[in-house]
Amino acid sequence: MSASSHQRYWNSNLKYLAVLLSVWLGVSAGLSIVFADWLDQFRLGGFKLGFWFSQQGSILTFVALIFVYVWLMNRLDRRHDVDDRREGRR
Amino acid sequence: MNVQAWTFVIVGLSFALYIGVAIWSKARSTSEFYVAGNRVPAVVNGMATAADWMSAASFISMAGVISFMGRDGSVYLMGWTGGYVLLALLLAPYLRKFGKYTVPDFVGDRYYSQAARVVAVVCAIFVSFTYVAGQMRGVGIVFSRFLDIDINYGVLVGMGIVFFYAVLGGMKGITYTQVAQYCVLIFAYLVPAIFISLLMTDTVIPQLGFGDTLSDGSGRFLLDRLDELSRDLGFAAYTSGQRGTLDILFITLALMVGTAGLPHVIVRFYTVARVSAARISAGWALVFIALLYTAAPAVAAFARTNLLETIPGTAYADVPGWFKNWESTGLIAFEDHNGDGIIQYVGPDSESRNELTIDRDIMVLANPEIARLPDWVAGLVAAGGLAAALSTAAGLLLVLSTAVSHDLLKKWLRPDISEHQELLAARFTAGLAVCVAGYFGINPPGFVAEVVAFAFGLAAASFFPVLVLGIFSKRVNKYGAVPGMLVGLCFTAGYIVYFKFLYPELNSAENWFLGISPEGIGTIGMMINFLVTVGISRWTPPPPEDVQEMVELIRVPRGAGESHEISG
Repeated sequence: MSASSHQRYWNSNLKYLAVLLSVWLGVSAGLSIVFADWLDQFRLGGFKLGFWFSQQGSILTFVALIFVYVWLMNRLDRRHDVDDRREGRR
Repeated sequence: MNVQAWTFVIVGLSFALYIGVAIWSKARSTSEFYVAGNRVPAVVNGMATAADWMSAASFISMAGVISFMGRDGSVYLMGWTGGYVLLALLLAPYLRKFGKYTVPDFVGDRYYSQAARVVAVVCAIFVSFTYVAGQMRGVGIVFSRFLDIDINYGVLVGMGIVFFYAVLGGMKGITYTQVAQYCVLIFAYLVPAIFISLLMTDTVIPQLGFGDTLSDGSGRFLLDRLDELSRDLGFAAYTSGQRGTLDILFITLALMVGTAGLPHVIVRFYTVARVSAARISAGWALVFIALLYTAAPAVAAFARTNLLETIPGTAYADVPGWFKNWESTGLIAFEDHNGDGIIQYVGPDSESRNELTIDRDIMVLANPEIARLPDWVAGLVAAGGLAAALSTAAGLLLVLSTAVSHDLLKKWLRPDISEHQELLAARFTAGLAVCVAGYFGINPPGFVAEVVAFAFGLAAASFFPVLVLGIFSKRVNKYGAVPGMLVGLCFTAGYIVYFKFLYPELNSAENWFLGISPEGIGTIGMMINFLVTVGISRWTPPPPEDVQEMVELIRVPRGAGESHEISG
């Protein structure tokens, strides 16, 4: 893989990380802790929203973040021809 | 058959299952002993990781702790799940591409220094050891609560089982028994949860029942009722936070980052076949973990609501059967201070005097009886608790044994030993680690629970920064990383020892730095580590060419291959 292609691959990776980790921090530190009291004025069924984020919503977000990351990276790997689809079979 | 008999049967069957799996997955090479030959499929690996991660604390204590903490319980819910995002995005794929056997392997090679390797080994041993002593104790406790067997015999039996499959199969044996243990523990957790959800809210899925209306026909939401009950008794509302926001924030971050720095979790991503598998395996691990972790707060709320509705204000003579049963274990106790024969259970905001003491663990252990489930369910819960404790203990013991046989022996003290000799050393140290852990299970130092929180803070402050920087920066070098690890370690350890062991009387918010408790100080330790590592690296020579090329290589998924030895 050429140096510039590698650099572009890595830069895309870093961009994805910046976005995903911002969401991660925003939902955990932000919605579930710092803004939880403010969010409690809204309701989601039988839950106050801040409470729901802190006990369930954050965990669900974490799972989603990882699978979004996997999808983005698989696509990026194929685009830059560095994927490992054909490996690991013996 | 009564509870005890059912427990013997179900626990016995589960143990037979683990032994069977262990025999089937015997390790025949160091590659199989250390990383299961890199052949574990991603979903299977995720399930094993989930069992490895969820210890006796997750299974037995967490729901109870949350039921007493209310919303603040989220420090554990988020703290023990959020780290998996960090693992998946920042560590797992790159460490898999690096393709060695242990975490100190990476630190030693990336920072081209035996000093770095040794510091990493010491951190790994300390972190894993403190954690495992608590697990063996947990095994003993489950045995004594359910089987009326002396705690010490329980620890010995647990030791025997782990010894068998860890020494025989190493990582391969441990991985496949963890899969079996996951199946046992998730079934054991969800069955009572489903039934108590039906009992309280007429909803099958506990996670949904959590936000549903009560089944008593009042049409009120469970959580609203719980808030009301709590306030009436002089407790804070269940859905409100009680601790300071900054402290909650720092504790949660320390736990999340610490998760991503724990050697026994990181090493679980060396066992898959390729980089893309490492990424998705982290996703699957979190799915399997989330099954329990989204049910836990529901169980906590159900149990708390049930407790507050049935016990306070009830005459002692009229308490439900489960109360009397668990009284004899000392997990729940009533002292009639005002002599009226009625149980007063009140919180700090009330004027009455509290007469009821409750241990957190009872919220999960007594659930089957509260939900009026058949006796075999209680036996299942015992098997589940044991599965959780043994699976975590095994993962930790493997880190301890590989730290000695691979990182200390093969890579430092005796590089010339053959593969056969190394495998023998690995088995021997695994056995030794089981015995030492068992000893501390039988004679626990008084501070086991605190020491586990310690482990997270230390992992956050020592490993996490140097691992992430080692991957994302080519400039960071050994002159920065070694002091960084040491400073992070000493700062965090010093703070914790000061407040928890030396001067516990000072351990309150006025004396803390910025109002941050010892449980949260690992976040500060991590920041200090980052600053020191990056700062010193700027002013000292960059790493050699071959190390910088290695960093380039690990950033690309293709070509991971099998984990291997590199001579020199």
